[in-house]
Amino acid sequence: MPIKKIVSEFFGNEDARRLDWRIQRGGYEAARKALRTMSPEQVIEEVTTSNLRGLGGAGFPTGRKWSFIPKDTDKPKYLTVNADEAEPGTFKDRYILEWDPHRLIEGVIICCYAVGIHKAYVYIRGEYVRPYERLQQAVDEAYEAGILGPKVLGEDFSLDLYVHRGAGAYICGEETGLLESLEGKKGWPRLKPPFPAVVGLFGCPTVINNVETLSHLPKIIENGGQWFADLGCERNGGTRLFALSGNVKKPGVYELPLGTPLRELIYEHGGGIQDDRALKAIIPGGASSAVLTADEVDISLDFDSLAKAGSMLGSGAVIAMHEGICMVKALHNIEHFFAHESCGQCTPCREGTGWVYKTLSRIVAGHGRMEDLHALRIHSRNMTGTSICALCDGAAMPLGSFVRKFEHEFEYYIKYKRSYVEARSETVSI
Amino acid sequence: MSFQFTEENEKKFADILSRYPNKRAAMLPTLHLAQEQNGFISEEIEAFVAQRLEVPIVDVREVLSFYTLYFRKPMGRHHIRLCMSIACWIRNCDEIKAYLEQKLGVPSGSVTEDGNYSWEAVPDCLGACELAPMLQFDKYFEGNLTREKIDELLDGIQNGHKS
Ligand SMILES: Cc1cc2nc3c(=O)[nH]c(=O)nc-3n(C[C@H](O)[C@H](O)[C@H](O)COP(=O)(O)O)c2cc1C
Ligand code: SF4
Ligand code: FES
Repeated sequence: MPIKKIVSEFFGNEDARRLDWRIQRGGYEAARKALRTMSPEQVIEEVTTSNLRGLGGAGFPTGRKWSFIPKDTDKPKYLTVNADEAEPGTFKDRYILEWDPHRLIEGVIICCYAVGIHKAYVYIRGEYVRPYERLQQAVDEAYEAGILGPKVLGEDFSLDLYVHRGAGAYICGEETGLLESLEGKKGWPRLKPPFPAVVGLFGCPTVINNVETLSHLPKIIENGGQWFADLGCERNGGTRLFALSGNVKKPGVYELPLGTPLRELIYEHGGGIQDDRALKAIIPGGASSAVLTADEVDISLDFDSLAKAGSMLGSGAVIAMHEGICMVKALHNIEHFFAHESCGQCTPCREGTGWVYKTLSRIVAGHGRMEDLHALRIHSRNMTGTSICALCDGAAMPLGSFVRKFEHEFEYYIKYKRSYVEARSETVSI
Repeated sequence: MSFQFTEENEKKFADILSRYPNKRAAMLPTLHLAQEQNGFISEEIEAFVAQRLEVPIVDVREVLSFYTLYFRKPMGRHHIRLCMSIACWIRNCDEIKAYLEQKLGVPSGSVTEDGNYSWEAVPDCLGACELAPMLQFDKYFEGNLTREKIDELLDGIQNGHKS
């Protein structure tokens, strides 16, 4: 069966970001359908039926998220589109922004109509210059054509959309860090509650959705929520983009139904492991997710199966590692990232990520002690569920899982002051 | 001479302000604009931005020290950001880092003597792991790096092939 492509339909096509070309291929028809023939409640209902879940990382049902926005409020409401994409291993939103920005804009219109929003901001990471240029150009075109502005698609509905560039901070991808940053401050996440749905951007009710989540909306409105739900598996609607990287032959972005086996992604779409070596470990949902061993490669790629296995589907970033990769050094690399990116607000996170990185640095330098392993396990426990935002939990997830699943490599490194993997490859080549 | 926006940037600044319900929210875009014009954010620009956005200077300074894309001192004519995060590390960015350092002759975080390049090896994933190992050269991404590719990139520039 050919694989259904929804958001990736036009990836790689140079014409697809031109408005006229896109309109000839049904662009903005779904938004028109929603505005002309559906009530906002009907739109929300279709999205709820579709089982679309947040594709930024948390997997929260999108229809439900929208329903938390207060109906009768005097305050303006906002949409902020999360295009910060900085979870290590994640690069899927970049493809939408670069190849099909009009799909995102159409999704934004549909969401704003459903929730009664007249102002939307796309928060795009500062390093994404080409994606920014292409999105901004598409927005300009949409304004010129009357698709955005005081009368969206000629209907009695106004919408302004602004693209706002970030400036290099992973934490601004966390939804409340993003709001602080958009307000012109450092991106320190906020204590919740209140949730952004009630007190969000500029103190007003705010929806925050990921680029890909919103980009699925046009097809859901065109074909109906049930159609989308049927593409996926139970409680996990539709398809999603998987960003595949690491030791695979064909790294890239692949759109697959939720519920696809991880094995299929790696061996069929990704072409298998580089140099046909043995697969050793997989990070299934960005650096914040718990690592899986090669034995777990038959797992179904959906939010619930990964959660049951103690990991997460997260941002859909799948990183494969073969037998030549040292798990101690891999974890050291990951924890360096978290120590660097902790915003420093909460003690368990600020101190914890720092200690973990220092301890791992010591082990990698050959000065580790057996007690270090115990300390790492305790840190991983104490860094779970103890802080303002989920960055800290995101650092604890790989920590706990790498140490548990590859304990022998850590023990070997501490005992012999060298990497098990490197030692073994030397023995083999003799 | 004190810092001012060019006439064109003054227009862009007005457009930026119109997008937000308050001036403070224009902080990041205003700093981006100032950096585009001047290459880095000097103390004088800090004061300028504070005055234009009607916020205390410390607020601008706090933002500058929090984000990594604002430069606070002059950089090279070209700026290179090499990704050292997990997917690039798996694909041997350590080797590329050593080669870049050797080739440019200065450690990460500095400017070459001739002022042509500044470079840094960053722990953040730049969002193009399918191109690993990769780097950002000024605005755009270059991937599947090898020593040869680095040579091409840097020597090409020196010979004026690239703007
Ligand atoms: C530390 C951290 C970083 C995050 N980074 C991103 C990101 O770059 N992009 C994104 O869409 N969501 C990111 N998220 C998730 C957001 O907080 C939020 O759940 C998401 O944007 C909501 O949109 P969705 O429901 O459409 O997924 C991050 C979360 C955390 C805790
Ligand atoms: S958990 Fe870490 S990143 Fe999140 S708010 Fe606390 S210190 Fe900042
Ligand atoms: S890890 Fe280098 S671009 Fe993602």
